[in-house]
Amino acid sequence: MLLERGPQHMRGGNTRHTRDIRLAHASPNAAASGAYPEDEFYADLLRVTGGETNELLARRTIRESIALADWMAEQGVHWQKPLSGTLHLSRTNGFFLGGGKHLVNTYYDTAQALGVQVRYDVTVHAFEVSGTRIDRIVCECDGREERFACGATVIAAGGFEADIDWLRTYWGDAADHFRIRGTPYNTGIALKALYDAGAKPVGDPRGLHCVAVDARAPRFDGGIVTRIDSIPFGIVVNSAGERFYDEGEDLWPKRYAIWGKLIAEQSGQAAYAIYDAQAADQFIPSAFRPLSAPSIHELALLLDLNASVVVQTVERFNAAISAAAIVQMDRLDGCSTTGLVPPKSNWAQRINSPPYYAYPLRPGVTFTYLGVEVDATARVSRVDGDAFENGFAAGECMAGNILTRGYMAGFGLTIGSAFGRIAGSEAAAYARA
Amino acid sequence: MLELDLTRELDRQLSVCNACRYCEGFCAVFGAAQLHSAIGSGEVAYLANLCHDCRMCYDACMFTPPHEYALNIPAVMAEARAQTYAAYAKPALLATLFRMPRRAAALSVAASVVLLAVGVALYAGPQALRPQLGPGSFYRILPYIALLTGPLALAVFGLVSVLQSARSYARDIGDGVRFATAASLLIAFHDAFSLVYLKGGGAGCYDENRGSGRRRFFHGLVFWGFLADFAATISAALLQDVFVQLPPYPLWSVPVVLGTGGGFAIGVGAAGLIAVKRRSDKRALSQQMVALDYAFLSLLLLAAITGLALLAFRSSGAMGTLLILHLGAVAGLFITAPYGKFVHFVYRFIALIKNAHEQRAAKAGDPSS
Repeated sequence: MLLERGPQHMRGGNTRHTRDIRLAHASPNAAASGAYPEDEFYADLLRVTGGETNELLARRTIRESIALADWMAEQGVHWQKPLSGTLHLSRTNGFFLGGGKHLVNTYYDTAQALGVQVRYDVTVHAFEVSGTRIDRIVCECDGREERFACGATVIAAGGFEADIDWLRTYWGDAADHFRIRGTPYNTGIALKALYDAGAKPVGDPRGLHCVAVDARAPRFDGGIVTRIDSIPFGIVVNSAGERFYDEGEDLWPKRYAIWGKLIAEQSGQAAYAIYDAQAADQFIPSAFRPLSAPSIHELALLLDLNASVVVQTVERFNAAISAAAIVQMDRLDGCSTTGLVPPKSNWAQRINSPPYYAYPLRPGVTFTYLGVEVDATARVSRVDGDAFENGFAAGECMAGNILTRGYMAGFGLTIGSAFGRIAGSEAAAYARA
Repeated sequence: MLELDLTRELDRQLSVCNACRYCEGFCAVFGAAQLHSAIGSGEVAYLANLCHDCRMCYDACMFTPPHEYALNIPAVMAEARAQTYAAYAKPALLATLFRMPRRAAALSVAASVVLLAVGVALYAGPQALRPQLGPGSFYRILPYIALLTGPLALAVFGLVSVLQSARSYARDIGDGVRFATAASLLIAFHDAFSLVYLKGGGAGCYDENRGSGRRRFFHGLVFWGFLADFAATISAALLQDVFVQLPPYPLWSVPVVLGTGGGFAIGVGAAGLIAVKRRSDKRALSQQMVALDYAFLSLLLLAAITGLALLAFRSSGAMGTLLILHLGAVAGLFITAPYGKFVHFVYRFIALIKNAHEQRAAKAGDPSS
């Protein structure tokens, strides 16, 4: 029996929004090119987490990922070449045809063909426990409370990023300006229920992965199409019209993830990415068209900013760059501003070719890091030092054991898939025993 | 040329697709859309006909209704295709037939049957209800000259009409670029004959739930069946006019084998396509296009069934009646051809040529891709 929190069209949580999965492999396979050995994969993980990970679980995930390319294909998943604009991932990541919702649909087809019964719109909000055993799952469906006795249970309930009140406990009123990029059903109810049942938390409760998204994005579920890729091509100002961070610090995929937090720290959690005609069409656009105007002054008025301050910011930025600067976007080109605070260390090119464009920005939360501790069999640890004998966790609600901070493209799905299979087979083995 | 609302709507929806790109692997539409960031009516006509209606993007899309982005690419594309057909119909006066495909099909068959019946009654009289055997049996029911000139006139009219539509469409989507180069034609031929975009990048086309290969299979049957029947007609003409053998031909002759095989293929293919369509997800289609589909497929099915029946009972007294019905069905197909779903392959083929051309140009311009 599968209890899904959302309705059928939203099933599968934020897997719906994925498009690729990071896979270790010794030689080219159907999913990815070249080789991506375990040690390199692990070294990449250490780099993004600053060395803070559970090595046992991390290595188990990476080793399990080797078999995933074939296993996923067996479930009916088709591999395809990397999507345009993602060539840098072709060696480390496999792209599945049609993206995450197609993947989820395929998995549901398989599950239902195997006889798994699926119930939608069911909110699991408590676990009845005796000793280290979860006896029953308490949930609400159609306004009624129901209890399911279980031999074993796998909790794959995601993070809590869609519970704004919960976010507010760490972020205050700033949370009201966050956009939640994925499902509105990741409200952490099952996570809380696990804690109430004695599960041991893991991960920084404040920790959230947050990128710059278009301020016009819907409050929830705006998905990948609201992300703003224009930042290294121009400048970013806050609502005072001032620049506040080096837009050319590092290659974009690596820096992509810091901008959400940077914007969250600005007044009103608002910022504005500004670029000119030279940069237009050079990056993947947002689903919303940029605002545009023939002059910076008029652009600033469109954005409801103090126009003279913005004009001054752009003039100062332009004055700090040699007129002859020709930027090379494919590498750290060293074209930097001189004497400007904060600097733009790469790709600094004068903003002087009308029309001028701008995207209004807000922090867009992708996921939270808080979860429950698990062991290598995916069993949920208890605060009293034991583990639940029949309670397993997979996916975002335990990913914080491994990805403690930072971001690696396609790794969330690797953890979800690897631990989903581990949890599933351990749960089945327990229930049958 | 096309309705402004539809152009705006496709522009709105594709701006989400261009930011997402998850569906790139299904077909050529999404790669092509990335090359056209501003959508005008020419782009709509181009992209809509590049779409092969596999509907996999609907199954895969996170942003279909009730999501507030409310994307439904297959439905908009189908709507736009139906509009393309009407917008480029020649003479423009007859474009109105696209809005009433069922009636157009039924009326053209009925009128043809009546006309043929009257002609047969006047020419053959009660002979038409008696078995006719031996060489030239058909011509004792209807004169050879009528059997030759009737279909020929309809075919020439249809061909001229469709060619004019094609030229005007190619000019509009070409935007001043001569895209029909040898290389792009070759790629387009491959894409068209292999029906590669009915493969959905491996996922197949719409079916009961997820994709399957059935639609491509049935479409292939209709297509090759159609070609076989065309070849049967040519071979019969050669037998009669070059080798001076009058029909009917024996069961194991070239025209009968080709015609029977083609008839079976068209019948099974059309019935299969109708079945697949009937059980598909009704949210991802355009009512107007579905009406066009059913009208065309029904005519194909009718022509196939009457043709096979004619073969089966050609030595009986029913031959005259079946000949009238079969010729009526075929005439219905011919009459509605330039004003029904038949034209889809013309626009789609031109769109494929343009796509082949601009993808080659884009690759040449960008060595990294």
